[in-house]
Amino acid sequence: MSWSVGPISALVTRSALAKPATRLYPVERRTPYARTRGHIEFRIDDCNFCTICAHKCPTLAIQVHKQDKTWAIDHSRCILCGICVEDCREGCITLSPLPCPPMRAKEVLSFRQEHEAPTVKVAAPAIER
Amino acid sequence: MSNTTIVPFGPQHPVLPEPIHLDLELDDERVVRALPSIGYVHRGLELLAERYDFVEMANVAERICGICSFIHGQGYCQGIEQLMGVEIPPRAAYLRTVWAEISRIQSHVLWLGLAADALGYESLFQHSWRIREMMVDIIEETTGGRVIFGVCKVGGIRKDVDDETLRDVRRRIGEIRAAFDEIATIFRDDPTVRQRTVGVGLLSAADAHALGAVGPVLRASGVVHDTRRLGYAAYGELDWEPIVEQDGDCYARCLVRVREVDQSFDLITQCLDRMPAGEVEISVKGKRPKGEAMFRLEQPRGEVCYYISADGKKNLDRFRVRTPTFANIAPLIHMLKGCELADVPVIVLTIDPCVSCNER
Ligand code: SF4
Ligand code: SF4
Repeated sequence: MSWSVGPISALVTRSALAKPATRLYPVERRTPYARTRGHIEFRIDDCNFCTICAHKCPTLAIQVHKQDKTWAIDHSRCILCGICVEDCREGCITLSPLPCPPMRAKEVLSFRQEHEAPTVKVAAPAIER
Repeated sequence: MSNTTIVPFGPQHPVLPEPIHLDLELDDERVVRALPSIGYVHRGLELLAERYDFVEMANVAERICGICSFIHGQGYCQGIEQLMGVEIPPRAAYLRTVWAEISRIQSHVLWLGLAADALGYESLFQHSWRIREMMVDIIEETTGGRVIFGVCKVGGIRKDVDDETLRDVRRRIGEIRAAFDEIATIFRDDPTVRQRTVGVGLLSAADAHALGAVGPVLRASGVVHDTRRLGYAAYGELDWEPIVEQDGDCYARCLVRVREVDQSFDLITQCLDRMPAGEVEISVKGKRPKGEAMFRLEQPRGEVCYYISADGKKNLDRFRVRTPTFANIAPLIHMLKGCELADVPVIVLTIDPCVSCNER
């Protein structure tokens, strides 16, 4: 069979002249859509530690301690389903469209009412359901 | 003593994206018999239905497959709604149809890319995935996720999509369609593609029917059968005909998918034109599924069957899925008989195997 350049040649020529379809990530990033499920953000000010979010979370990513007034999330377990956002009556959990920054280890981000900045500790093994 | 050699093919193989294992019995370069073995990626998702709350389970159902994720979620919710006797609002049905068709496009274009790769056509593979990326962007814009849509819930849709976004989707669908037309011509006419696929892996209509083939594999053999004809979601109100090809070879299966992508663009446009206004969900609070239901949906790869049995508790008694890949393995074994070893990857790919959802 004779070698045929076939119908792809036009496409190949055009894409050789056009600018690349890819981005130079991470230097160049696309702005996320308003709806993009990036990561969970938490504001402790309004939280009354009712533990609803911890009970509703399907992957047990959230742990709330009523007595200690702490709220902790393990971002590596969170599947961004948004159930906690919908179910929190105080509106203190929000979904941010920006992706979670990369983690060096499995960390749990833990908030306590009196402290300003959250503390980070390496995640304990997950509790079995 | 027979003079055949057995060559193991998969589950890890450079041309195979999916972990399926085949023992190929070869006489020289010709396949005499192929014995499949599956079960490498079993995850036990069906069992979770017996432990999770049935509302939460919609999230798990969506994770059965990474490509038909939305349709699994839709199928699960539809089954529970059927058991509870709930009718979802029309806008929710239309939105579900739009998303189902968007996933069909991205799945078919992904497959076209993989098929091109199996033929050794790297540039076509890259171009197919470039177009798929545009589709995935639409998914992200409308649902928030790129692979897991997370929008289906028992009783409708979790979050409505505003009309402005839908207009934007419409505009972008037009652009993607134009871009897709370019690569569609290549799949149709390129001598390289034709040479590797025409007349390879034949499956006659009678065999396809007898062996229980589904989806594009069945339609490429000339059998008119598309589960969307049942008219679930909004399909009953749209104008369309199942896409059928007569030849039953790899080329026909490729063509069916190329034409189905075009049809899906058309279905999405129809849905967006007729999109009803109003609510997107109805409350199912206090209702519990009770009884047994068995129903079918059309996935990109073919017909998927669900069986749900519940007795009014918060978790289900049994949830069972029969995925299209499973139905297509018997026809595949039949197609492989008598083919050349070099054609095996192409033939295996034309059933669009998705082993992860096959084994759940
Ligand atoms: S549901 Fe809201 S208020 Fe309750 S513990 Fe969780 S974050 Fe705090
Ligand atoms: S988004 Fe879902 S998985 Fe993540 S913390 Fe909230 S409920 Fe848990």
